Amino acid sequence: MSTTSLPPGLQIEKVDERIMTLNVGPQHPGSGHMRIIVKIDGDYIVDADPDPGYVHRGEEKMAEYRNYIQNIPHLERPVIHDSCNVLYPYCLGVEELLGIEVPERAKYIRVIASELNRCVYIQYWLAIYGIFLGHSTMFMWPAGDRELYIDMLEKMTGARVTHAYFVPGGIRNDVPANFEDMLLRRVNYFEKRIKEYAAIFYDNPILISRTRDAGKLSREDAIRLGTTGSTLRASGVDYDLRVKEPYDAYGELDIKVNTLKEGDSYARSKIPWLDMLESCNIIRQAVQKMPKSGSVRVKLKPNPKSGNDEVYKRVESGRGSLGCYIVSRSAAEPYRVKMSVGSFRNLICMPYLLKGEKLGNMPAVYWSLNYWPVEADR
Amino acid sequence: MSTQETQPVEQPAPPAKPASPPAPVKELPKFEKSIADKIEGKFGAKIKVEFVKPLRIRIKTPKEEVLAVAKFLRDEMHYDHAESVTGVDYPAEKEIEVVYHLGSYTDPELANHVLTLATRAPREENPNPGSDSTRLPSLRDIFYSVEFHERECFEMLGVYFEGHPDNRRLLLPEDWADLPPMRKDFKIKGR
Repeated sequence: MSTTSLPPGLQIEKVDERIMTLNVGPQHPGSGHMRIIVKIDGDYIVDADPDPGYVHRGEEKMAEYRNYIQNIPHLERPVIHDSCNVLYPYCLGVEELLGIEVPERAKYIRVIASELNRCVYIQYWLAIYGIFLGHSTMFMWPAGDRELYIDMLEKMTGARVTHAYFVPGGIRNDVPANFEDMLLRRVNYFEKRIKEYAAIFYDNPILISRTRDAGKLSREDAIRLGTTGSTLRASGVDYDLRVKEPYDAYGELDIKVNTLKEGDSYARSKIPWLDMLESCNIIRQAVQKMPKSGSVRVKLKPNPKSGNDEVYKRVESGRGSLGCYIVSRSAAEPYRVKMSVGSFRNLICMPYLLKGEKLGNMPAVYWSLNYWPVEADR
Repeated sequence: MSTQETQPVEQPAPPAKPASPPAPVKELPKFEKSIADKIEGKFGAKIKVEFVKPLRIRIKTPKEEVLAVAKFLRDEMHYDHAESVTGVDYPAEKEIEVVYHLGSYTDPELANHVLTLATRAPREENPNPGSDSTRLPSLRDIFYSVEFHERECFEMLGVYFEGHPDNRRLLLPEDWADLPPMRKDFKIKGR
């Protein structure tokens, strides 16, 4: 009777008669593309074991077979809603390896594109969070409002979600004519709209009673577990790479970092919404300071090569710090590319947060982590 | 579109290229240098400071020293979490390098710094993950945040982390029976 050769979740285990093991996922809509093996005692979760990997596509392995330019479109696939931010650290890394300075105008357009993308991602996440809490209006509103920015990004990049807009050396093409007017009109309307979410969602007593004090993460634990992004900032740690390690034009902009002290699911779900409001401010500032004309891309040599070097660059994405580690060994292809993604880093606190929660409250805690399964699996 | 892409040709990489590499070499960043000196002062010749760039330091240690160095970095230098753990395969040198990127949330001076801690494990031609000599001590008791990263490194490169409480598969299927896929001798079919 060997019990160890069977995969986890299929093993015959001796457990307390009160304890039941439950597989949530990978097909269950409440888990995303992953499985959570939860042990429950009555209605309460006593143990949770996340089992990701159902959408693992080997992005890092693929990157070793393609040259620096061919890697652009596939490295953004882990989070297609946030594709500019996912590609950002890779482009910054390749620029440092090749010693390229990006034109000033491209820096600002990059900031605008990545802030628009952040809003698109957060709206999508908010829609899912709403529908899993049984709030179908909160699904419809963000899903509709994000079309504004998707449409804007389509005008800039030519694609609705998978933009492949950033390239080492700048951006792929300049923005369309009348860009600033179009953008500012949308930003103003968008800001007005998302402020209305407070009345229907964030000030809603049903939401508050369900998420307040659910899945509490203390400040010490948030730091010890190495969480990042909204999960970290909801626990009272003031850490945002746009301010702490400014890249491109972020250093010249005035950015407010949103933090909350509670560390519960309510705080974690509120931070991304506050971030969206801040994004609107950042976009307005960037439009104001942006050079009105000039080149947006430094032309690279075909098949650029770098020496024996390595680089680690990181940006603040919609889900937290996103790092890209590139090892170069004097070849046209990178020797190793590693993406250190926010979702994967936040996964570690899931067992801690779910312990002691009611099973019915699992989606409220789980989705508040701002977790994107496809990004965690890469 | 295409005309705009070709326009900036007149100022390509060459003028920028000689300007940027010497910059970090000329003025070795002081703060980073002081950190590297402190670590070097403590461990001496046992470790090697491989580079000091603005905001980035890379330190290489033998695997016997990695626990002591990590403990020193956490307790004395205030690095409190690991951002990522990367395995890099070097078949020619018969070694696998494991790279920890450490950061700090608590020390505001270190907020934008990343310390790269690299260590190497022997590599075997016919790997048998978990029971061959490709082993390293786990840093999980020092930096709690490496737990899932080390699990990923174990399945992707076959580096067994001694002292890790949970060396199961994470991303790969449970019945994966091929080479660890991030090794260089695992080839993508058709490439």
